[in-house]
Amino acid sequence: MHVFSIRRPRSLRKVMLGVAGLTGFLVVWQLVPTLGLINSQYLPYVTDIFARLAEEFRDLAFWRRLGHTMTSWAIGLAVATAAAVVLGTIVGLVPFLRRATHTVVEFLRPIPSVALIPLAVLLFGIQMQAALLIIIYASFWQVFVQVIYGVADVDAVARDTARSFGLTRRERLSYLVLPTALPYLMTGVRLAAAVALILAITAEMVIGNPGLGRMIELSRSAGDSVGLYAFVVVTGLLGLLVNIVFRFIERRSLSWHQSVRGEEVL
Amino acid sequence: MSAHTDRIARRSRGGGLGRRVAAGFLYSLGLPFLLLVIWGLASSSSTNRFFPGPLTILEAFRETWIGPAFVDDVLPSLYRLALGIAASIVIGIAAGTLIGLFRPLRELLEPLLEFFRAIPPPVLIPVVMLLLGITDTMKVVVIVSGAVWPILLNTIDGVRATDSVMSETADSFQITWWERLRFLVLPAASPRIMTGVRQGLSVALILMVISEMFASSAGLGYRIAYFQRNYLIAEMWSGILLLGLVGVLLAATFGVVERRVLRWYHGIREVNRA
Repeated sequence: MHVFSIRRPRSLRKVMLGVAGLTGFLVVWQLVPTLGLINSQYLPYVTDIFARLAEEFRDLAFWRRLGHTMTSWAIGLAVATAAAVVLGTIVGLVPFLRRATHTVVEFLRPIPSVALIPLAVLLFGIQMQAALLIIIYASFWQVFVQVIYGVADVDAVARDTARSFGLTRRERLSYLVLPTALPYLMTGVRLAAAVALILAITAEMVIGNPGLGRMIELSRSAGDSVGLYAFVVVTGLLGLLVNIVFRFIERRSLSWHQSVRGEEVL
Repeated sequence: MSAHTDRIARRSRGGGLGRRVAAGFLYSLGLPFLLLVIWGLASSSSTNRFFPGPLTILEAFRETWIGPAFVDDVLPSLYRLALGIAASIVIGIAAGTLIGLFRPLRELLEPLLEFFRAIPPPVLIPVVMLLLGITDTMKVVVIVSGAVWPILLNTIDGVRATDSVMSETADSFQITWWERLRFLVLPAASPRIMTGVRQGLSVALILMVISEMFASSAGLGYRIAYFQRNYLIAEMWSGILLLGLVGVLLAATFGVVERRVLRWYHGIREVNRA
């Protein structure tokens, strides 16, 4: 009971302060070009950007571009996750494979995926496949590494217990390995979702396949600074949405897990 | 407990030291070697010109990057990268500590910071270009504008999560503000800060490459894009290889620094686990 009585005014204050911070930022932004500190050609008025956003949201072409970006994001994330779960489980469960692949993984993982952009362009031109290659490469490692850690993290006592109870391989996978690895997997997928979005938009900017990233690049080269800032805001909102959705999925799918239950008690 | 018995078991089974070193060597280099051989065989028997063999790439690597190109393209890129990373770490930790310590400030800025973190960093390149023009400063600012967020937000979380018993102890000993920061807050936050720095490093490398592909006439990213546009395939691969090496080197350096900074922390965790 008394938990609530403390928490409510605090959370109300938190929301109010948050709104105040946001408003303050927007007011300062509006004032900077108004006072002529930065030419409004380079830093447009906030009001202009909001007007532009309202205009774009009514435009069907905008939603089509958003659709392009999100399609390559979703395909890339799904393929990378599926591949990483399968390969990660196999490599994580077999100590020989884990040792043998270690060097290759440690070399391939830090390669910045954007280094592969020229290769992707050569192979696929300015199509979605080029973007997919980069998205999948980058998000694969996020999930793969987490799955390997997760699968290897099975408690030794639990493993021996399962063995002495004579659980079959399949039962061990679903009752022992999966619950242990799931928190790791969800962390990996959440990170991969953010990375996949970054690379989906980056690929559109650099390669030029249709989508939001291409609009940013087109606005820049056309000198349309209002459009440029508006699209940047859209990508930020999109990133925020992806974060929130995946955090929610993570909490829901791990509602049984100590890390989530513990948070609610405190 | 089990790790300990495992280790004993392995030692008694494993034979001599020499054999173990040889096995480790084979494990760490066997698969890479095998993959290179397969690649070499595949590329020499196929007609696909986009995948030259490893020897051709190595030859191109030697010709392209060892010599004046290293001074003209690679060093300036690495210099901007280092500058950007250093600035991100300093700004991120300083601002993060400040925001993390003052609750009203944190609550004021939280939604704003969440939004800025969610912006895909490469999107900021055109914005910074618009504000600063195409200069070296712009490229460093681009790197900072992307890499600072993970460091900043992790520092805030780390500072916030300082153990309450320790901070109350510090209060009752009445240590000064500076000592508190130096001996309590920053060490307590350092595991989170290092996590942030690791995330920041990979963002910084990405932004270095993209900002040069986008708006430059020199630098590593520009060179690779240039080779691709002119169908210099082996040279392009050598550039990818070089970027990979930079990435590996960055990760290795970070690993060494992290182990030094967090030696106490890994020690505690190992004790807890055993």
